[in-house]
Amino acid sequence: MEEKKVILDIRNFSVSFEQYEKGFQKTKLPVIRDLDVTVHGGEMVAVVGSSGSGKSLLAHGILGILPYNASMGGELIYDGAALTKERQMALRGNEIVLVPQSLAFLDPLMKIGPQIRKGKKDRASKERLNQIFAGYHLKEEVQGLYPFELSGGMNRRVLVSTALMGTPRLVIADEPTPGLHMEMVRRVMSHFRELADKGAGVLLITHDLEQALEVADRVVVFYAGTTVEDAPASDFRSEETLRHPYSKALWRALPQNGLQFIKGTQPYVKELPKGCPFGPRCESCTEQCKGEIPSREVRGGRVRCIHAV
Amino acid sequence: MKAHFIFIGKQTIRMLLLTFFVSLAAFILISISPIDPLQANVGQVALGSMSPEQIAKLEAYWGVGEPPAERFFTWAGDFFRGDMGVSLLYRQPVAKVIGVKLVNSLWLMAIAWLMSGIAGFVLGVLAGLREGSLLDKLIKGYSLLIASTPAFWLALVLLMVFAVWLKILPIGLSVPIGVEASGVTIADRIRHAILPAVTLSITGIANITLHTREKMIEIMESDYVLFARARGESTFEIVKNHALRNVLLPALTLQFASISEIFGGSVLVEQTFSYPGLGQAAVTAGLGSDVPLLLGITVISALFVFGGNLTANLLYGIIDPRIRRGGARA
Repeated sequence: MEEKKVILDIRNFSVSFEQYEKGFQKTKLPVIRDLDVTVHGGEMVAVVGSSGSGKSLLAHGILGILPYNASMGGELIYDGAALTKERQMALRGNEIVLVPQSLAFLDPLMKIGPQIRKGKKDRASKERLNQIFAGYHLKEEVQGLYPFELSGGMNRRVLVSTALMGTPRLVIADEPTPGLHMEMVRRVMSHFRELADKGAGVLLITHDLEQALEVADRVVVFYAGTTVEDAPASDFRSEETLRHPYSKALWRALPQNGLQFIKGTQPYVKELPKGCPFGPRCESCTEQCKGEIPSREVRGGRVRCIHAV
Repeated sequence: MKAHFIFIGKQTIRMLLLTFFVSLAAFILISISPIDPLQANVGQVALGSMSPEQIAKLEAYWGVGEPPAERFFTWAGDFFRGDMGVSLLYRQPVAKVIGVKLVNSLWLMAIAWLMSGIAGFVLGVLAGLREGSLLDKLIKGYSLLIASTPAFWLALVLLMVFAVWLKILPIGLSVPIGVEASGVTIADRIRHAILPAVTLSITGIANITLHTREKMIEIMESDYVLFARARGESTFEIVKNHALRNVLLPALTLQFASISEIFGGSVLVEQTFSYPGLGQAAVTAGLGSDVPLLLGITVISALFVFGGNLTANLLYGIIDPRIRRGGARA
């Protein structure tokens, strides 16, 4: 079946920054390590992690727009072949699209219409945009507005529209609903669900587990730069079906499950503990957790915990 | 509509206050200056051979011993009625002297203003776009060097190279020496304006380049440029679609605000090249205690600078949609 086709496969992905410390001594700051994500066509995968876990860098890494002092490692496979710099350049904005989190990502001095068309003035582009806008019930006048003139209800649809000028097969939504109430979140999420139902793979990057569970098929839990668990969204219905202690902690922190929070904070990249990054906050942490923690398959999901069963 | 009238009213009051205080400051400075107008303009020797009556007449002419407050307000009153007074040195109406000098200076400053604006903008955009590259380092180094070079020194260097050693450009003045006014051609005038205009332009470029570069770097690191890149726009498209649009606004403001710097620079440059413009007239008037002329030039200069800044403000409102359309909606 076409829907099962793997669109994006990321293995052992890492991003590190070069920094100057004490004069001219260069150090590498590994912000993301051992990140594994797979997205199939027609599937919506949510990458959930708290802020500061390096989620946005995943999006920028896939698109090839990391800052110049960042370097990435690991395997990036898109549509069966390695995602090289050249392919990234050719595909981004076209097959691989990013939906940004706010209007701040639009040029404040360029009208909406020309901006979504990337300055193109040909008839085909104009017609395409008219179609997209009609599909989202956006009036044609909106194209003549500047970003600051958009109303709260319009701007989400406009941001999603930016992704549709090409023929998106992989949609990356980076924190697309910051500070929106649940009703709005559902509406925005439905736009992405629609894209997934049309066959595109959707990678939703968010800190909000609750909204991820609303729409996503699979949830990848991200902690301190590493994926700790990759599970079907349905596994989040109960604590027992989850595999990693951090996922369980996230589950317990949901409002309907009692809002219980665990102590401590996510460690800063420079002060990572040996072995499992969650170790110091984990109740079942043992001596073995300070060694290498491989990613294993457990009950149809993947987990990076030696105690998981 | 009402808001517009309030704006115009406010700006007019501002302008009047500015001219009043600027002329007052200039007057106070010249009043307390140690220059004795008689000694400066008549000379010690000539004074020594004069009778007390003659000296008293001269003192009355130069305004020595007149109460300063009375003198200032007499001048201000006349000025307000449209009479700028008579220049003590040139023995001609101040309006006429300024008129002649201003024409000489104006096109010198206009050329320098345009050249420094355009060149500074282009250099700043290039440097900002390629931050950290060799090109950027060269442009930045050049700008910092020029920014810390006094205009008169640069003028002297250019004078030595092009007028003294190479002898391809005249050494000073605005017209050839010994030629009747009717015999002076446009080409002559242009040849005489090249060096001062180039000096003024070069010194003006540095500031605009550095500011434009800074703004350009900020834009290239902005979220909207990142997103444009994510949407597959090439660097060329990003510059064309977003960077130029966003850097032009601050550059324009800077360009109009830089009128004051060009004005200030012209005083030194005209003095070095003996170019008979407004700047040189200001120096002559200051050193010769020609109060009406100095105050006249001060007010005209202040109006120019004020006009430049006002134009920048108005343009911002016309060009920036956030002010133009945002204001209309509010």
